[in-house]
Amino acid sequence: MKTNTILSLKNFSVSVEKKKIIKDINFEFEKGKIYALMGPNGSGKSTFAYSITGHPAYSVEKGSEAVFEGEDIVNLSVDKRSVKGIFLSFQNPLSILGVKLRQFLYFALQGKKDPLTISQEIKKYAKDLKISDDLLNRSLNEGASGGEKKKLEVLQAAVLDKKLIIFDEVDTGVDVDALKTIAQFLRKNKTDKTYIIITHYNRILKYLKPDHVIVLNQGVIKKVGDHTLAYDIEKNGYGK
Amino acid sequence: MANKQTNINFENKYGFSMPENYALKPEKGISQSVVVNISQLKNEPEWMKEFRLKAYEIFLQKSMPKWGPDLSKINFDDIYYYIKPTKDRAKSWEELPAEIKETYDRIGMPEAEKKYLSGVSAQYESEVVYESINRELSKKGVIFCDMDTAVKKYPEIVKEYFGKLIPPHDNKFAALNSAVWSGGSFVYVPKGVKVDLPMQAYFRINAEKFGQFERTLIIAEEGSSFHYVEGCTAPVYTTDSLHAAVVEIFVKKGARVRYTTVQNWSKNVFNLVTKRARAEENALIEWVDCNIGSQITMKYPCVYLMGEGARGEMLSVSFAGAGQAQDTGAKMIHFASNTSSRIIAKSISKNGGRASYRGLVQVMKGAKNSSVHSSCDALIIDEDSRSDTYPSLRSQENNTQIEHEAKVERLSDDKLFYLTSRGIKKSDAEGLLVNGFIDPVSKEIPLEYSIELNRLINLEMSGSVG
Repeated sequence: MKTNTILSLKNFSVSVEKKKIIKDINFEFEKGKIYALMGPNGSGKSTFAYSITGHPAYSVEKGSEAVFEGEDIVNLSVDKRSVKGIFLSFQNPLSILGVKLRQFLYFALQGKKDPLTISQEIKKYAKDLKISDDLLNRSLNEGASGGEKKKLEVLQAAVLDKKLIIFDEVDTGVDVDALKTIAQFLRKNKTDKTYIIITHYNRILKYLKPDHVIVLNQGVIKKVGDHTLAYDIEKNGYGK
Repeated sequence: MANKQTNINFENKYGFSMPENYALKPEKGISQSVVVNISQLKNEPEWMKEFRLKAYEIFLQKSMPKWGPDLSKINFDDIYYYIKPTKDRAKSWEELPAEIKETYDRIGMPEAEKKYLSGVSAQYESEVVYESINRELSKKGVIFCDMDTAVKKYPEIVKEYFGKLIPPHDNKFAALNSAVWSGGSFVYVPKGVKVDLPMQAYFRINAEKFGQFERTLIIAEEGSSFHYVEGCTAPVYTTDSLHAAVVEIFVKKGARVRYTTVQNWSKNVFNLVTKRARAEENALIEWVDCNIGSQITMKYPCVYLMGEGARGEMLSVSFAGAGQAQDTGAKMIHFASNTSSRIIAKSISKNGGRASYRGLVQVMKGAKNSSVHSSCDALIIDEDSRSDTYPSLRSQENNTQIEHEAKVERLSDDKLFYLTSRGIKKSDAEGLLVNGFIDPVSKEIPLEYSIELNRLINLEMSGSVG
């Protein structure tokens, strides 16, 4: 393993309802880099995101290894993986009635950040992301547009300050202006974080130039290249 | 006794018992002479003694409810019907016996009082031992005292209303309460008077095999408005304890009353309560009812919508954990035209607990253009738990608008995944979701109670209590 590896996958296989979706992936993600994860629909991109985060419906097969910061996380619970530094920005963020963003962030950061600091950070990031106060005071995602939901995911990622952040289609259902706001925010707050950006489009990658582009197809890594690969895919499709 | 507790933890705060120290401890069981005794010890007027004796006869004749949870464990001969806690009533906080003060300290009463209370009448055992009435309230002519005092000081008002809305023959437990009642609150708010801060009373049971039968009478004169809050946390005991209260509320023309209860009796208490309000023309009565504790609760607050344009609302939350049955609901009876009622009931059952909603909405002949909305949501946490809904909607008028919704749900795995993926422990995430589920009701109750309710729910969900 390289010294600057944050996540190392070995023989990583995942099945959903006994159907194997991800097949024997071997890959090392380096600390501080930006990765674009692309591939046609059904290629296993979201399965990758969920299985790294620990969704119980996605079973990681025996013999698989996912070493995050020196520890195999395959058997760690969802919350412990988060505490270790993994964050998923959901493709379709849920609405949770009666639960406010501020409220569960206090819970998540108990003993790490005091409520006042959390409140100030939420306020600051919300301003940068052009999120209205009204939206923050509602139940999570209650009556929020597609773009607003994605912004709230990005805001959580910033407040929770995780090391490895997987953005599952943070650019879908988002208008041009919101995309620009989100992408600029992510660039500004990148610091030494590692991003894995799951996307179908090159447009977000224009703001966040990926160090590596990974193409996933039918559960296996088909190709790895630099940022020009994304451009190539957008122009010519996954075709060959 | 008098052990100084310096290190009070949270569990301690909600389930503890203090040593018993009573001036008088009468015999167990109920009889005509016990009833007469209670009346004599209280120096009551003759009419109240007669009322008690008649009620006792009715109690003997009435049978136990033939529906609902199992009440066979109640042994009426094994209960104390009256206990006087201290020889004289304390006039101020300083005069209270140390252990009683400590009990209240642990539920945070003095702080709450400083901040929010406009009047306190706290019940320790069957008699009110501490009361303080805000001077402003007295100036406005508001009467807020314990029921025993009211019988002596305001006999004319009491006579006019006492037992008129819930007569002893209403049900066996109303009859029992009428025979042996002790303590409870009396509230009289004169015409046009508005009380801004909630009026509060705390109740506790603190004697083994001791039944508590408080009696509350509330009269809201024309155009008045106020909020009455009743909260209770109780010490844990090993033997069964019976609590059978009666609450009567008269809401006159254009008056608005909100009655909030946070019930957290210890898990051995049978809580069998009869509550009813009568709303006249354009009056509004809102019940906010939260049931977390007790072994069995049977409580269906009722509103008689008597006057044109009267409104009745019921917001309720119940939590049934291991060994608990929360059998709660609401009754709305529309007697006049243009009346409306709204019921929002939420229940949670966990660890084999059983939550039942029992509701009755009846639109009588002549109650034209009435509207009824009821919705009951049940959240079932695990396979062992149970939830039942028994809604009954009857209308004798065609021109009414009736809506009823019922929903049963489980904690969503996707929501749990979402919250845990943010680094929140599963049990805390469950607590957050359950509190989110009851949020429409908990946001309606005073802040200190809703914080307490949230904490209690979190404790129940994380399994460290109950």
